[in-house]
Amino acid sequence: MILELNSGDTAWVLISAALVLLMTPGLAFFYGGMVRAKGALNMIMMSFIAMGTVGVLWVLFGYSMAFGDSIGGVIGNPLQFAGLSGLMSKDALVGTIPSLAFAAFQAAFAIIAVALISGSIADRTSFKAWTVFTILWSILVYFPAAHWVFAFDGATAEHGGWIANTIKAIDFAGGTAIHINAGAAGLALAIVLGRRVDFLIKPMRPHNMTLVMLGAGMLWFGWFGFNAGSALGANTTAALAWVNTLAAPAAAMLAWLGVEQIRDGHPTSLGAASGIVAGLVAVTPAAGSVSPLGAVAIGILAGIACAFAIGLKNRLGFDDSLDVVGVHLVGGLLGTLAIGLFADPASPAGVAGLLYGGGTDQLGRQAVGAFAVLGYSFAVTLGIGKLIDVTMGFRVTRAAENNGIDLAEHTEVGYDLSPVYYSSFDGIRRTLFVEPSELPHDVLEHIEAVRQASPSELDREEVSA
Amino acid sequence: MKLVTAIIQPSMLDQVQTALVHLGVRGMTVSEVTGYARQQGHKEVYRGETMTVDFVLKVRLEILTPDADVEAIVGTMVKAARTGEVGDGKVWVTPIDSVVRVRTGETGDAAV
Repeated sequence: MILELNSGDTAWVLISAALVLLMTPGLAFFYGGMVRAKGALNMIMMSFIAMGTVGVLWVLFGYSMAFGDSIGGVIGNPLQFAGLSGLMSKDALVGTIPSLAFAAFQAAFAIIAVALISGSIADRTSFKAWTVFTILWSILVYFPAAHWVFAFDGATAEHGGWIANTIKAIDFAGGTAIHINAGAAGLALAIVLGRRVDFLIKPMRPHNMTLVMLGAGMLWFGWFGFNAGSALGANTTAALAWVNTLAAPAAAMLAWLGVEQIRDGHPTSLGAASGIVAGLVAVTPAAGSVSPLGAVAIGILAGIACAFAIGLKNRLGFDDSLDVVGVHLVGGLLGTLAIGLFADPASPAGVAGLLYGGGTDQLGRQAVGAFAVLGYSFAVTLGIGKLIDVTMGFRVTRAAENNGIDLAEHTEVGYDLSPVYYSSFDGIRRTLFVEPSELPHDVLEHIEAVRQASPSELDREEVSA
Repeated sequence: MKLVTAIIQPSMLDQVQTALVHLGVRGMTVSEVTGYARQQGHKEVYRGETMTVDFVLKVRLEILTPDADVEAIVGTMVKAARTGEVGDGKVWVTPIDSVVRVRTGETGDAAV
């Protein structure tokens, strides 16, 4: 079947690509507000740097590794679309949209996948090491996983990945390839880096909850592109995914807040934000294959499960600082497996889950896909993490961590809210030497008079810096 | 030993620091405080609603010094902090019983 370019589909996918890219700054604020004030900028930069490194990798050979002709179902041919130049032809289409629109859309996915991991290693990661990690992890973990899950036979190249085509597990927009993948990687890195100084000894309060709420809102907004854009067209599938992306997070937020109300006595704003994200994660793989009511059910399950899952890290003693495991791994697994239960044969995907009389067939396929990516991501990330730790060191020094990683790694601070000027230009220390000519004439005269009258202990010695 | 404390206009901190360093003062403690005396607060307006801010932002400077230098420091502070407007602040001197430098354990004038 030869398809023609459809301008409506193309417009929607291009807009969706921009929406998905906005999720990365959204995530940066979501994470940035949750850490202490002294590490806010570093947390935000860990997401932003992914837009740099992965943005370039994607053009060079990342797209080709994910969507080039498959080598044994494991990895795309990295040379086929290297540089993306070959896709400029008017005939280069994926379905009804230009191949470049598809490449743009998937680029934003690759970027946020690695950015998600940063939440598990907040406040203690060497920025250079993290930058190297984003490159190695994308090449060795994300591009292969995206190939397995997203590359369908005949879509971008003749042969695609093994999970999509052999196992036929459903991952509509990346519950497996992105959220389970990033969650497992987050767990591995939290183990490699170890805990923050004072973890479980002193409370580490979120420094700016309003930023967290803003970030959660931006994530939800961008997620409509993430899920509805994954239809790769302006059609019924996109509309269903959009509605499901509204229903699941809404239900998950209510469920999470309900757990808090009963368990803790108060519904919290951090709980609301976390519930929204848990629901978004869980509905991601299922958005095209469940009914809106199914999405509500998945949202409720995700809200409750993740609200309890985030407590695990304290019991197990690993410092997954911002709950990448509790929200993305647990929510991603739940959503991916829930397709096996809730898949509605009336949906565009046309698959029946267990609750719709489909038996356990799809559930089994979902489990194989989910745990294959989980195991692969955890093992390889552990390897990359250890390698970086041994060669260049993955953590900053204890002193840098105590004083604040923003200052140590970026020579900046996140906030200067004081109207008093505490600093001066050029980095000249004015504690020992000043330009007296800056002083008004009368003040200068006064000081000279005092010093001549009583050469006291306030003599000026030349002090070496 | 004496403790010289000054409450000054935030905008004059830069000039006071420059003058004190030129005089030879080696250290100071600065904090942001709020308060009022003869200078009353100011008004702020949000969407047409007027609010009075009673407590005005000031900078408090504290310097520990041997007795001999008190006069020079106070004099310089007063000269450098003056704008002539109401709200320029105050400088006062307090006697100090003992001082210990935390790092070395030195006491008295050596610790100042």
